[in-house]
Amino acid sequence: MDVVAVVFGVFAVWAVVSALICVTRRSPISSAMWLVSTMFALAGIYVLLNAEFIAAIQVLVYAGAVMVLFLFVIMLLNVDAEIGPMRRSYGWVVGIGAALVLGAQLLTMRGYTLQRLADEVSTMPLGVDPTLVFPEGAAARAATASRGVVGSIAEPLFQAYLIPFEITSVLLLAAAIGAVVLAKKRL
Amino acid sequence: MLLGPSLALSAVLFAIGVAGVLIRRNAIVLFMCIELMLNAVNLTFIALAQVHGMSGQIMVFFVMTVAAAEAAVGLAIILAIFRHAQTVDLTQLNLLKG
Repeated sequence: MDVVAVVFGVFAVWAVVSALICVTRRSPISSAMWLVSTMFALAGIYVLLNAEFIAAIQVLVYAGAVMVLFLFVIMLLNVDAEIGPMRRSYGWVVGIGAALVLGAQLLTMRGYTLQRLADEVSTMPLGVDPTLVFPEGAAARAATASRGVVGSIAEPLFQAYLIPFEITSVLLLAAAIGAVVLAKKRL
Repeated sequence: MLLGPSLALSAVLFAIGVAGVLIRRNAIVLFMCIELMLNAVNLTFIALAQVHGMSGQIMVFFVMTVAAAEAAVGLAIILAIFRHAQTVDLTQLNLLKG
């Protein structure tokens, strides 16, 4: 077992345990802090999956900005820990049942390797070389090697995805204005 | 590559998020569970970006931006609801219930 798989396992257990604690805490503040912990674990996994820039953004934007917003609203509303049952009795049954069914369905993906994915999407005979089926993956690795992590993500972002990028900025402006208007004293 | 393990972890995190949304009654915690689900989907994008090139990572970038916008507007709505009803307990927000 190589060291990457071991580190992945550590981060995966960290993420799942933090997520479970986040969902089951009564106090919203501890839920938020455990969610931050989950996000840090996911950032570690992103590094293992060759997405260092996204890992940095994950820590800065998600664990930093978004969760601070959550904590700020919790503080502003002065929400106490929930007393009594977290939800009506059948809420537990429905929630855990739906999660188990959905999780079991999605978990069928756990056996996927690059080879199996290549075999399934290509019309070529089984055992085809995955780099022939997915040339973009190899091209992306080459781009990262030559231009660096940020350069290889910036080039498609500001060329092929320029219009979506600009639309995102309009969305953020609309969200900022909307949040201010909604949070005003008199609607 | 770690394709299979990443997809499995993403499935587990998404299921935990779904369970949270269905179980909890605090609106803010519900929002956090939605963020958890978004994170699980982001992990899928990142795992498959190794195969399909940089587009996956750029999608994650956009998902994060939209999630930030969603959190800002959603929390402002929760704030407005709290001013109106003095609670964020979803079981007590039943004005439209017949």
